[in-house]
Parts: sequence; structure tokens; C-alpha cells
Amino acid sequence: MNIHEYQAKEILRSHGVPVPPGRVATTPEEAEAIAKELGGRVVVKAQVHAGGRGKAGGVKLADDPADARAKAEKILGMGIKGLTVEKVLVTPAEEISSEAYVGIVMDRASQANVFMVSSEGGVDIEEVAATNPDAITKLRVDPRYGLLPHQAMSLAWSLYDDTSLARQAAGIITKLYEAYLGAGGTLAEINPLIVTPEGEVKAIDAKMNIDDNALFRLPKVEALRDTSAEPPSETKARDAGLTYIKLDGQVGCCVNGAGLAMATMDMVKHYGGEPANFLDIGGSSNPEKVVAALEIMTADPNVRAILFNIFGGITRCDDVANGIVEATKRIDIDLPIAIRLTGTNEEEAVEILQANGFSAMTDMDEAVKRAVALATDAA
Amino acid sequence: MSIFIDDSTRLVVQGITGRDGSFHTRQMREYGTRVVAGVTPGKGGQTFDGDVPVFNTVAEAVREAGANTSVIYVPAAFAADAVLEAADAGIGLIVCISEGVPVQDMMRALPYVREKGARLIGPNCPGLITPGSCKVGILPGQIVTPGPVGVVSRSGTLTYEVVYQLTRAGIGQTTCVGIGGDPLIGTNFVDCLEAFEADPDTKAVCMIGEIGGTDEQTAADYVRDRMTKPVVGFIAGRTAPPGRRMGHAGAIISGSEGTAAEKMKAFRECGIAVAELPADFVELVRERL
Repeated sequence: MNIHEYQAKEILRSHGVPVPPGRVATTPEEAEAIAKELGGRVVVKAQVHAGGRGKAGGVKLADDPADARAKAEKILGMGIKGLTVEKVLVTPAEEISSEAYVGIVMDRASQANVFMVSSEGGVDIEEVAATNPDAITKLRVDPRYGLLPHQAMSLAWSLYDDTSLARQAAGIITKLYEAYLGAGGTLAEINPLIVTPEGEVKAIDAKMNIDDNALFRLPKVEALRDTSAEPPSETKARDAGLTYIKLDGQVGCCVNGAGLAMATMDMVKHYGGEPANFLDIGGSSNPEKVVAALEIMTADPNVRAILFNIFGGITRCDDVANGIVEATKRIDIDLPIAIRLTGTNEEEAVEILQANGFSAMTDMDEAVKRAVALATDAA
Repeated sequence: MSIFIDDSTRLVVQGITGRDGSFHTRQMREYGTRVVAGVTPGKGGQTFDGDVPVFNTVAEAVREAGANTSVIYVPAAFAADAVLEAADAGIGLIVCISEGVPVQDMMRALPYVREKGARLIGPNCPGLITPGSCKVGILPGQIVTPGPVGVVSRSGTLTYEVVYQLTRAGIGQTTCVGIGGDPLIGTNFVDCLEAFEADPDTKAVCMIGEIGGTDEQTAADYVRDRMTKPVVGFIAGRTAPPGRRMGHAGAIISGSEGTAAEKMKAFRECGIAVAELPADFVELVRERL
């Protein structure tokens, strides 16, 4: 799960990381009021689940409250990487002497949390990583002992020569680690971590990604989910226990298992079609899940044909067949459907489908070709 | 011959009285797996299906019933501790089927499992099967047949698909292993490739990867440098959209986005035959046997 900058900042603040004040506005009027409260120059920042906000024009400086209102008016409603900006963060414009980068990420390869810090912070940190990797200091945190005080200090020394700055940074690094673990993070970064002319170290931007699997025991973090920042179909799918990602093609794909779902999409493309979505109905499917899946796919106006590809293991083919029949009773489906079922309770499934006027295939390649042909004919 | 499991496997099922645990225990026994014990805390002293003793702890299952392998079907919240309990009890091979395990839980469990000298397969995996001998997990027994091909995969149902097509074409398998789709897993591609390379009956290997991470690239290097047996590979997710990625740390750490194109390129450069479609495995494997 992704959370917004302002939410990540709240988490960091609650762990004692120095973060400038600021509040979120959903209208230009609110932005003006917050700027008035804060006083002085402010920054108006788009809150959207995408990187590169600054380059897209979603971060603007404002000289006074009226200007903050004008800037918010521009940013609210704009599109960044296909997402509409619904909220802006209004926060004081800080004087900056230097910018650094501090990040921690769950690293698959070393099977540990790895810190990365660089004194060359700011927007182009990936460029730094590619062209000057020595400018980035990495530290693998041993999962058995956690981040040790001397390790936090050595990361901080790689950022600053000055003792006061290094001590402040070590404190921030330690608190970032605690915040990351406490929120079930898979990534947390501060970019930039700034030094002010007065010699204070502060986090003026923050990002966090959360492990969905940890949310069951973190209700406060789960409550940060912003469903307005994702397509409604994805929210509906999650509520139904499905994994769904909308794409732009014409062939709606309903598959059990993520690997087979991806392979099915690849085959749709291979045989000349374009997948309309990724949709995994999961392991122990029941008919209700299949009904929800059909509702979601048929609501997508781009979809011209629907493909079911089910390899029954834990998933029972007859459950899927019953779901398809049930869905056609509840909702009007005027789209052609190609169905491939094999594995557990395949015979029962074929009987159910045939009794209700559907035909079923057992070969995956044939089913995909058929679905692509149906989508092309319907277009 | 086979890898990891065979006729000497003595299995304890952690979570044997649960819905999934009981169903799959019956399936495994039907296939011929020796299930010597079950564990459900609080149900020690009972028996499952009349003849499998149920214990409160894995340590008792090892001591009383001689279990050497465990399979875990407990809810995600308790899965990491179940893995640790099995390692603590001296189990040599731990297979964790449970899905949805928090990644930070697994991160703490993995070094402990290694220190105890145990091997973990999974979590979030279908387990493994040695056709005609033993199955541990949830792979359907009817789609496999004994033969000379090793199969290793990050996926579940996609593995079934490939194995089913091999079997229909008359190409049997030594062992099929699903290593699991989570970011942190106990046994990776290289571990399985090493075991297949060392297994005299395995003549070729099918490797089924996915987008994300760099495990496939590491495996490709291993195939180039160490393997004498032919390997056929597939990567699922060529049409997956690039994520609306936030933050830079993931790409900085690995220097890779983990795309299908990168992985297929690594396969080709290291002498791995690339299947464009799952159905291509049959011909590519047949040519190499």
C-alpha cells in the first residue's frame, strides 16, 4: 500500500523526526487559510501516489496566502502520471543550505533491510546511483540485532563532517528505522533531508510504502488508505478478495494465481490482443468472487470479450462455473465469454456450463486465441 | 532419485486440524506421503483420521513420531513462528504453504532457520512433489508423472500448467518445486538448480520465473558458470504495467527494475533456452533430453 507524503510525515513526526508543520487542503480556499496560519512563504505540494511530482509541476512555491490559493487552484485537479490530484499539502518554505538523501528498503537479494544515504540528495538521486554509485553509502541491517547506534552514527558521518549535524542525522536515521518497522514498511525515504542556515537537520519530504500483509495487525496504518487515489474498480476488487489492476486493452482476463494470470496476459498479447486487466481470483475461490470479478470486468467500457483461464488445484472448477452462471442471472452480460477450465472438478464444471448454454475448453492456447478473436470481431 | 523429498520423508503437518491442513493431509496420504504426525496446539493426544497422532508441539512430533520434514498450513499471523518452531525442533526441511506472511516476520525467521541448519521452502508456495513417491504441499498429484525433468517455479498454477503439458507430452519429472512468490523466501532458484545438477536422474531443468527482484538473473549466472545440464526458462509478466513506483530505493539497491525483458535477456546470454509461451516448454525440453 502506498501512503501520501503528508501521512508519511505524520508517522515520522510521531516518532520524533523533525518535520516542518503543514496541513492538507482539498480546496484553494483551505490552502489559503493554512498559508495564512503558517505565515511567510509556503510550498504547495500535490499529494498523489506517483514519483516525479516536482518535474510534473505539482510542487509550487507561494509568496503569500493569496498566491497559495492561486497555486493550489492550478495543482488541484491536475493529472500526474494518470492520477488526478485531489489534495495538496501546504507547508512552510524552508531555507536550505544543503540536501541529502536517506532511505531504507526491504531488499530481496540480501534478505534484510538496507539503508542508503547520500550527501547528494534532491530530485536526481537515481541519476546519482547510476553515474556515481560511490556517492551512496549502503548498510545492511542485521535482522537479528536491528540498527545499532554506531551504525546510525557511521551513516550520519558519511553525510556530514560537522559533529552537531552528524548527531542530529544519526537521531533521524534511528527514528526513521523505528517508524519504518512500526508502520510495517517495505520502503521509507527522506529526500531531501536538509540543513538550514541555522544548522538544523530536517526532513522536508517523505515517502513510505507499506507491506499489505502486515496491515491486519496495524489498523491505524490501514486507516491511512486513500481510496480516492486509486480507481474505484480496484477498491471494489480488494473488498471482494480479488487482486485487480486495470489496463487499457480489450480482453478481460479472469485467472486463478498471479503467475498464470500474468502468463495469460502475455499470451493474449502474443496472439494479437491486448489484456484489459490483471485479475487473480486467488486460491480458494467461491462463486461470489467470480460474480464480483465479472461485475468489475463488464463495467470496464473498453472490454470487448472476457476470458476465463482456470487451472483447478485448490480452486474448484465447479465453483467458478457456478459463479459464471450466477453472475449472468444477476447482471446483464452482453459480452462474449471464452472459458477454459481444467483440473479439480472439471467434469462437474463442464456439465454446469453446458446446462446453461456455455461451452468450455480445456486447452489454454485455444481459449486465448478464441478470446482474442471474439474481442476483434466485437470491435 | 529426486531432490529434497523421497521415500524417506517422514512428514509432520503443522495445522493438521484446520480446513486446508486436513484436506491436504488426506490428499498427501492418498498420494503415498508418509504423514507420521500432526501438530495443533491444544489438540495433543487426539488422532487424525484414526491413525495420525496429533501433538501440541513440533518437538513432540520429532521425538515421538520421528518426523524429519514439516509442512505448514497455519494462518499468516502465526506462520513465521511455526517455521521457527519447526527449526527449533530439529526439522531438516520446512515447507511453508501459508500466504500473506508479513515480510518483516520472514526477515527475522530466515537467519534463525539457517543457523539451525534447516532448509525452508516458501512461504506462499505450493510445495513440492516427487512423482510416484512423495508430495508435500498442495500440488495436484494427477498432473505429474515420473521422468527425467526437474521443475522449479516461483508460481503456483502456472507451474501446474507447465507440468501438465509436459506430462501430456509424455515427459516426466524427477521433482517439481514451487519456491513461492514472496519477496523473501527460504529456498531460491540457485538452491534448486544446485540440487538438480547434483541429482543423477535429472537430465534437464525447467525454470519458471516472474517479474520483480533479481533472483532469475542470479540463477542465469549460476547456469552459465556451474551447470552442465540444459535449462529451459520462462518469465511471466511481459505485459505487466510498470508500477506507479514511488521512491527510488528499490531501483538504487538492485540497479534493476526486475522487468521480464531484463530477465529474458539474462537467460539468453547465459545459454538458457527461453520459452515464449508455456506451451513451448515441451519442444524445447524434448530437443535437449
